[in-house]
Amino acid sequence: MNLLGKLTWSAIPFDQPIIMGASGGMILGIASVVGWVALKGYVPYLWREWLTSVDHKRIGVMYIVLALLMLLRGFSDAVMMRAQQAVAAGGAQGYLPPEHFDQIFSAHGTIMIFFVAMPLVIGLMNFVVPLQLGIRDVAFPTLNSISLWLTASGILLINISLFVGEFARTGWVAYPPLSGLQFSPGVGVDYYLWSLQISGVGTLLTGINFVTTILKTRAPGMGYMRMPVFCWTALASNLMIIAVFPILTATFAMLLLDRYLGFHFFTVDAGGNAMMYVNLFWMWGHPEVYILVLPAFGVFSEVSATFSGKPLFGYRSMVAATMVICVLSCMVWLHHFFTMGASANVNAVFGIASMIIGVPTGVKIFNWLFTMYGGRLRFTVPVLWTIGFMVTFVLGGLTGVLLAVPPVDWQVHNSLFLVAHFHHVIIPGVIFGVFAGYMYWFPKAFGFKLDESWGRRAFWCWFIGFHLAFMPLYVVGLMGMTRRLQHYDVVSWQPWLIAAAAGTAIIFAGVVCQIVQFVVSIRHREELRDVTGDPWNGRTLEWSTTSPPPAWNFAFLPHVTGRDAYWSKKALARVTQGQPPEAREYKPIEVPKNTPTGFVNAFFAVVTGFALIWHIWWMAALGLVGAFVTFLAFAFREREEDEISAETLAQFDRAHAVEGAP
Amino acid sequence: MRPLALAVVLIGTVALGGCSGGVFDPKGPIADAERLLMLNATGIMLAIVIPTILATLGTAYWFRSSNTRANYLPDFDYSGRLELLVWSIPIMTVILVGGVAWVSAYDLDPPKAIASTVKPVRIQVVSLNWKWLFIYPEEQIATVNQLTVPVGTPINFELTSSGVMNSFFVPQLGGQIYTMAGMVTRINLQADQTGRFRGMSANYSGAGFSDMYFTVNAVPTEEFSRWVAATRTTGPVLDAQSYADLAKPSQAVAPFSYRIVAPDLFSGILSGSSTAMQAGDDPRCVGSLASQRAEK
Repeated sequence: MNLLGKLTWSAIPFDQPIIMGASGGMILGIASVVGWVALKGYVPYLWREWLTSVDHKRIGVMYIVLALLMLLRGFSDAVMMRAQQAVAAGGAQGYLPPEHFDQIFSAHGTIMIFFVAMPLVIGLMNFVVPLQLGIRDVAFPTLNSISLWLTASGILLINISLFVGEFARTGWVAYPPLSGLQFSPGVGVDYYLWSLQISGVGTLLTGINFVTTILKTRAPGMGYMRMPVFCWTALASNLMIIAVFPILTATFAMLLLDRYLGFHFFTVDAGGNAMMYVNLFWMWGHPEVYILVLPAFGVFSEVSATFSGKPLFGYRSMVAATMVICVLSCMVWLHHFFTMGASANVNAVFGIASMIIGVPTGVKIFNWLFTMYGGRLRFTVPVLWTIGFMVTFVLGGLTGVLLAVPPVDWQVHNSLFLVAHFHHVIIPGVIFGVFAGYMYWFPKAFGFKLDESWGRRAFWCWFIGFHLAFMPLYVVGLMGMTRRLQHYDVVSWQPWLIAAAAGTAIIFAGVVCQIVQFVVSIRHREELRDVTGDPWNGRTLEWSTTSPPPAWNFAFLPHVTGRDAYWSKKALARVTQGQPPEAREYKPIEVPKNTPTGFVNAFFAVVTGFALIWHIWWMAALGLVGAFVTFLAFAFREREEDEISAETLAQFDRAHAVEGAP
Repeated sequence: MRPLALAVVLIGTVALGGCSGGVFDPKGPIADAERLLMLNATGIMLAIVIPTILATLGTAYWFRSSNTRANYLPDFDYSGRLELLVWSIPIMTVILVGGVAWVSAYDLDPPKAIASTVKPVRIQVVSLNWKWLFIYPEEQIATVNQLTVPVGTPINFELTSSGVMNSFFVPQLGGQIYTMAGMVTRINLQADQTGRFRGMSANYSGAGFSDMYFTVNAVPTEEFSRWVAATRTTGPVLDAQSYADLAKPSQAVAPFSYRIVAPDLFSGILSGSSTAMQAGDDPRCVGSLASQRAEK
């Protein structure tokens, strides 16, 4: 019996200089960061204040840090693909052989959706939602930490696949039969499945946590129709998570049963039906797009209202549009495979249902426009991202509606036109939104603003680079170029692909600008310091506390009397100017105690996942037992909460000159 | 109507870029109709999208905080008339495009026969790792990675896969359809001009996918008959044994032809009995939309 399952030295691709270089660089990078942290003596601080933290703000920040690191990984995959396709024309094979190229595009899609876009959006929701709701934490803080670290486990596993074994060569959708044991006997698909299963559990727990938080724990007086629109979009997004992530988990579980225990859900033989996987995958996959894009819409709503100095136009329409999208998005999955040969009835119904989503989305665009109408628009970087999004996204939406016409889809499905389309909605819709949110809420998180001029440079590089990188793909798609080609014989495609590669280079310059912006802002943090807690003249409750907010967010839970709660409070304060604010009596606050449960559980999740991928059964059992013991230890903990004394609260408020402090 | 004119110009530019060999260079009635559909739908939407983009940029610029001439309306957050407008504009657009989608989904439904006085040619298509097999059941010949069709004649394709899913796609003839093991899909196409058109797999299927393309050779009817006669005299025989050899994975296979095809080969592939890679129950029992349609 082999103690290490399928794992041997041959799993490490010593003969592949590109892979060894990349993984060597990655290991070196991680080692030097860990070494630096250890040398500086930051380990206890990091452990106490961050890794074991159950504070929603810190968890949010950690999600975003993880996501931005993975953005670099996913982006390097993109650069490699664009470089390969720019050169591999005619008889040329480029520099990446198919077995490597196929892993790269599979990893790019998987990482960008699951480990960049998802944690970015979840990170923002974590940081912002409790503050906007005027509460002290999410409903289940420890569960929140577990969600974060399960996501991190998935990320670690997918990165291990770079240098131990291989990643899937199936595309990020991993359609069987290609992803079945018969055609993909290696560990690549198992890496894909287990890393997504583990992080998927984390995402589902996030969904449960946030729906509970938003439905049950709002500040006194904050009725549903007084919630900031970002919270509405977060609610819609998390409802969809609860509705559809179990479908993904069940689908992957079936594929795992096929691969590990010889079941026949999706196999070619013995009555398997691979098309069932395709249906189930997109029943998750289409709502997933809206899980990502709705919170970004929420960011645009906050940004456009704040910087116009006006309430959001058509609040009720916005809420209605959000919830309509939430429901409709679960009814259109079939448009991802009009080419499967369904009847004209089915195709027509799903095509029109898909177009109907364009209605609430269009309403949102017009409402943002009317929010700016009559405003005093300050052209800060978040506003640039918002306007950049609006003008780009409507065209991406146009190609989306075009693809919803079944006969048009038959002509461009799976072509680079399709690739251009979904980047045309996801990059402006999600990434621009998250970048706007990053600039907007950064001062709230860290107490100082990010540098504006480097932010502008980053925006223009991204905006121009995006168009140069993806508009040519529409053209080659119409010329008949399919996606995922490692090389191609039609040389007339090449100039367009070279242009796309140049666009990628400009986006790269944008990424560099963002890194520079981060460094420059830290250097100049004293000039950029936000001492008021309200750097943008904000409207919602997160701006009513200090920057960064204390662990307890609000010493006194705000009483909400209308929409834009903080704006009306500021207006009232102007009226009652001069009168001393009434003194308030501080009461001790209990905050949840930090716990290593999430981190330790993630360690065992990685052990279990890795063991299952390599068929090391004893280790998998050990990992599961370890995870269970971790939960037992948590269940028997002696103290659940730390108390923050009234004196501490009063001192904090005095030090930060919070209004009403004694 | 100016946006529409602009739309035509914009699309025209793209079309010029994509004029050789793509979906804007149709060579048959289906591709032609699909191109027109694409232009119509784009035109309808651009009529809304371009004014929206301009209005966005204009509003943002005019209401910049430094513009003292712009009215500041700090409480303007609702207007019933505007709400009606913002909901009705996209609704009307979608009604228009949706109508187009509804009608075209029936008109251009791939299994629907093309109206013609000419008797259609039947071709059975099998996607293999990583090549295409085209069987002409009535002529009892077969080709690999090359498809010869007579001009002006409807071609009735029945498609399946030996294992992995692929998508049969000839952009200049129009449409694409998946090939799936154990199931039959159907598509009807026609070439109206002679020429050589690129066909390919449009669904990634593994390592040899990039070379999984073929040439469609559209020839006059008489030449097609001559080609059939010539093909009957050369090349190997396609039976269960040689099919099993062909089914073994191979990449960038040069086109060749079979002079005789065993009559029940396609149904054998479909039921899984003609390939070494498959065994077990009849997969057609599985109730998929495609297979149900195949049985009708």
